[in-house]
Amino acid sequence: MSVATTASEPDTKPAGLRASILQRLIVRPELGAFIGALVVFLFFSIITDKFFSALGVSNWLDDASTLGIMAVAVALLMIGGEFDLSAGVMTASTALVTALLAVNAGWNVWLALAVSLVFALAVGALNGWVVMRTGLPSFIVTLGTFLALQGLNLGVTRWITGTVQVSGIRGAGGYQSAGWVFASTTNIGDAHIQASVVWWIVLTVLAGIVLVRTRFGNWIFAVGGSLPSARAVGVPAARTKILLFMTTAFAGWVVGACNLLRFSSVQANQGVGLEFQYIIAAVIGGCLLTGGFGSVVGAALGALTFGMARQGIVFAGWNSDWFMLFLGVLLLAAVLVNTAFKKRAERVRR
Amino acid sequence: MRSPSVRSGGKRWRRLAPWIAAAAVLAACSGPGSDQTTPAQAPVEVGKLNTVAVVTHGSPGDAFWNVVKNGAEAAGTQLGVRVEYNSSGDPGQQAKLIDNAVAQGVDGLVVSMANPEALRTSVEKAISAGIPVVTINSGEAESVQFGAIGHVGQSERQAGEAAGKRLAAAGKRKMLCVIHEAGNIGANERCAGATQGFGTAVTLQVDINNPTDVQARIRGALESDPSIDAVLTLNSQIAARAVDAVRESKSKAGIATFDLNDDVVAAIRAGTLLFAIDQQQYEQGYLPVVMLKLYRSNLNSVGGGLPVQTGPAFVDKTNVDVVAGLVAQGTR
Repeated sequence: MSVATTASEPDTKPAGLRASILQRLIVRPELGAFIGALVVFLFFSIITDKFFSALGVSNWLDDASTLGIMAVAVALLMIGGEFDLSAGVMTASTALVTALLAVNAGWNVWLALAVSLVFALAVGALNGWVVMRTGLPSFIVTLGTFLALQGLNLGVTRWITGTVQVSGIRGAGGYQSAGWVFASTTNIGDAHIQASVVWWIVLTVLAGIVLVRTRFGNWIFAVGGSLPSARAVGVPAARTKILLFMTTAFAGWVVGACNLLRFSSVQANQGVGLEFQYIIAAVIGGCLLTGGFGSVVGAALGALTFGMARQGIVFAGWNSDWFMLFLGVLLLAAVLVNTAFKKRAERVRR
Repeated sequence: MRSPSVRSGGKRWRRLAPWIAAAAVLAACSGPGSDQTTPAQAPVEVGKLNTVAVVTHGSPGDAFWNVVKNGAEAAGTQLGVRVEYNSSGDPGQQAKLIDNAVAQGVDGLVVSMANPEALRTSVEKAISAGIPVVTINSGEAESVQFGAIGHVGQSERQAGEAAGKRLAAAGKRKMLCVIHEAGNIGANERCAGATQGFGTAVTLQVDINNPTDVQARIRGALESDPSIDAVLTLNSQIAARAVDAVRESKSKAGIATFDLNDDVVAAIRAGTLLFAIDQQQYEQGYLPVVMLKLYRSNLNSVGGGLPVQTGPAFVDKTNVDVVAGLVAQGTR
């Protein structure tokens, strides 16, 4: 299962070693996530009548989408062997930069979005550069960024606006077109599909292609599997990892833009604590905490499971006091299913 | 891990993917700005109120919101209405909980709007789906504008101003206003109002989830500026920490707080706390259910769309004994 070997693995295998379809399916990292999602879906579809209605589906897809956009990027980073704890706060930081420029400085929304994108990519690059330069664990480095951004969010917002929310972006120039891209709603029958769902699907497909079909994807597996070996075979490790940190920052920008333009306001304390949900979604999706293994589609399915569980509990009308317990047990169950399959997969390989 | 099985057919997908993506994005048609107009109010029909969803911005386990929940559930039990309570401090998540209630087809909706802009679309969607909405606690100004049938709450700014005036009347000269939740707009409004009513004030940021830090910071603020002779806290849990901090720092500052709990009641009795501003949030849970019931069954509205004020009520030495028992049972 080690991926350092995968990177140099020849494309064709001797026919005798080729496993059966079932076995090939079982070794997919996203299979466990798929089964977990299916179980959660069936469970809530059976015990509630509105969960599988058009409105219900659009509701939990909506919940899963912003989480999914982040989880996909975080999964790439985790496969590359790193964490980003600043990812949650990044969604608020980018939204705040956009909102302050558009509302308080009166810029066109598109221009504000462009500047906040540059800001996000810069923070991502800084994260990656510090990690690679100092050799410190990314857990520590991005924890620092997380705290710094949290302070900046509150400090700058209060300093400029005198309050802790920035709202009123609906009145800014370019809101209509930017809102169409990031926050429009598509009505398919009774289902109202948010633009974030479309973004989620598009980014999942893109990231999936990059991961399994490109050389850069190979590099991601390589640097996550074994950094020294990756370097030894000539993988540009620093560049790969810095780009991965920039990818999570980019995802944070997308989610920030979706939230800001949809809810037309942003709160300085938004996003705090969400970074763990992204990691959880990636782990449900089959990513290892140690790097070098995982899947983008799995992470998207993990986010879907999370969204279905979170909204399903509400659909079921369960007392919200127990909400976190239900969520915890469900997620644990999903991960256990996942791990069971992974173990099985490893047996098959041997 | 890369499985060789993905290889077959992968080329085609690679070529198709951008087009699928483009088509998907193009399919999205209605922008978020297009629903700016006032929501179409569904025709009112006399009917039954079976289920009410209460969606607040309180974090789970918050003592304040627990009383709101108790109020809503008590009204539900008495009127034979099923009450479902859910909450999230994140505005986006709260909006999704409202969408969820609409998808469930509840008969009435109660929403606290700490961030009205973020909830606008969801609240309007509920109203155009024929679900009457009552807003509570925050969002007084936007309530009618969004199409709610009423608002039950306390104007934070007015309550803060009343608190500030009362502290000034007690002969205090310099106030420390303690903000316990950094991003909370209500807390900011209270402090702003209090400063307006009082005169000179400094604000202090603390983290409600870390009681040690709260106490240490208040003590530090008092020690570094001995001219502070009044402390205003915005939450009952913080009030208890402020009482300890004042005692430890040997400051002579008088303390006042928003909201009640057992510690606050005991401190008012002991004379270490001047007074508490009670917004009687039990009513914010209870009254909306009654209002929705009256609206559904009798087409009544309460206050003709004007907000129903639940506070500020003051609890001090004169009435603390009567209120104490009610605090203990979770209704004050």
